[in-house]
Amino acid sequence: MAAVEGLFTLDVDEPRLIGGRARSRGSYFFPKSLAGSDPACLGDEIDEVLLSRTGRLWSFTTGEYAPPAPYVIPGDEFEPYVIAAVELAEENLVVLGQVVAGVSVDELSVGMEMELAIDVLYSDDEHDYLVWKWAPAGIIENGEG
Amino acid sequence: MDDIAILGVGMHPWGKWGRNFTEYGVKAARDALSDAEVGWEEIQFVSGANSVRCGYPGYVSGSTFANALGFTGCQLASSYAACASGATALSIARAQILSGVCEVALVVGAETTPKGFFAPNAGERHEDPDWLRFHLVGATNPTYFALYARRRMELYGDTPEDFAAVKVKNSRHGVFNPNARYTKEYDADDIANSPIVADPLHLLEICATSDGGAALVVSSLEWAASRGMTDPVRVSGISTVSPTYPNSVIELPYLASDSWAAVGDETMTFKDNIAGRAYEEASVSPEDLDFAEVYDLSSAYELDWYEHIGLCERGDAAKLLRAGDTALGGRIPVNPSGGLGAFGEAVPAQAIAQVCEMVWQLRGEAGHRQVEGAKVGLSINHGMFGHGSSVICTR
Repeated sequence: MAAVEGLFTLDVDEPRLIGGRARSRGSYFFPKSLAGSDPACLGDEIDEVLLSRTGRLWSFTTGEYAPPAPYVIPGDEFEPYVIAAVELAEENLVVLGQVVAGVSVDELSVGMEMELAIDVLYSDDEHDYLVWKWAPAGIIENGEG
Repeated sequence: MDDIAILGVGMHPWGKWGRNFTEYGVKAARDALSDAEVGWEEIQFVSGANSVRCGYPGYVSGSTFANALGFTGCQLASSYAACASGATALSIARAQILSGVCEVALVVGAETTPKGFFAPNAGERHEDPDWLRFHLVGATNPTYFALYARRRMELYGDTPEDFAAVKVKNSRHGVFNPNARYTKEYDADDIANSPIVADPLHLLEICATSDGGAALVVSSLEWAASRGMTDPVRVSGISTVSPTYPNSVIELPYLASDSWAAVGDETMTFKDNIAGRAYEEASVSPEDLDFAEVYDLSSAYELDWYEHIGLCERGDAAKLLRAGDTALGGRIPVNPSGGLGAFGEAVPAQAIAQVCEMVWQLRGEAGHRQVEGAKVGLSINHGMFGHGSSVICTR
């Protein structure tokens, strides 16, 4: 199940982020609930839309130490992870996400093509809690992810 | 915009003291009153900068500090704008003074911080971006600082050595500041040998969370003159602006930037906009500055500010740094106080502390960290969720 409902689809092959689009103005938002930063959208209808699942890497970093709650450490021990900010191809907005496991910062460079993936954020006895992550384009289809 | 006078400044030293934040604010306030030669009972308005980490008293800081100094029936305000709280509190005091509601006011902020990463409020809030970024991405504050730093490396060719050089510079300034928390002079090896927290940033390049307190006594120019202060340091401009749409930079604590699909221009970012209002109010331009106090939340972040406040073109900040222009003795010293690199951050006190440093510099009272002949200074920061904060002081 989704770690938080309503932010992304659970289509494992082609997951999408769920955003908002102002009907007449055409600007996009993620999440949809934060629509409003564009003053030209005041009073505009905000439609729910699926956002591009590819984009270019805007920047990246690592989390070397465990964040405080509400971050949940998956598994028994904290493992450092990589975080990417990706500029979506169509919408011209930059979205954060963790990078799928097994990709190091040495394999990343600003401007490279990235695509959306679905992965386990953490698990308990009953469920895997899923989240979107970023992956360098192609690695998942190639079976390396 | 008319100026107001800063009659007195005071600080409680930054550190990890673990005591009640009120104590720091009271110490800073008493020092500011004494510096101003103004009695507490003369203060007509207290503008408190709130803390959200010290329980209910922190949310009502105006009355908390007034109570601790003794209730006199003066007017109060309490404001919160994250890291911009201090500048917001000052802007409210200025508005009260310039509108004639009061003549003399005390601005005060203080905080006691927990160890480690700043964390969101407790509870489960699926529409709070601050909650979402921790839960879904594990994005801490240094995550954002590091994204900006990496982008500088890839776009402008900045190096980790440049970032370390900012911390080295600020630590050399902080050695001379009795209110700084860190007064050790670090070298590049110290920084390279400290652990990486968020690649490419090391522990010693990321602002620590600190305890501290700072206060200002401010008044109308007429009231200052009535006390014989005919040449006080003046507040000549304050900016508390919001971002303008679209801001293409992903800001704390959001999961996404604005979209520039409908507007088509992503070049003007939030932090480029903040100083403009202060420059305009003060009728000052970047060339007029003698020094600046900028929010070095990370070493690399200081370089961003050089460009955002107009000290150089975008991408050229490291050139200024490498030339020594922004060190004490250089063309335009940045963070002569030692900055956050030497202080760490005590959120509601920090923007006020920046103004304290400006006052000491403009009075020529900054000792070994004095910028010779300083007449115009600018401070800048921003509070997360989009609170701009910049103050220009002149003499």
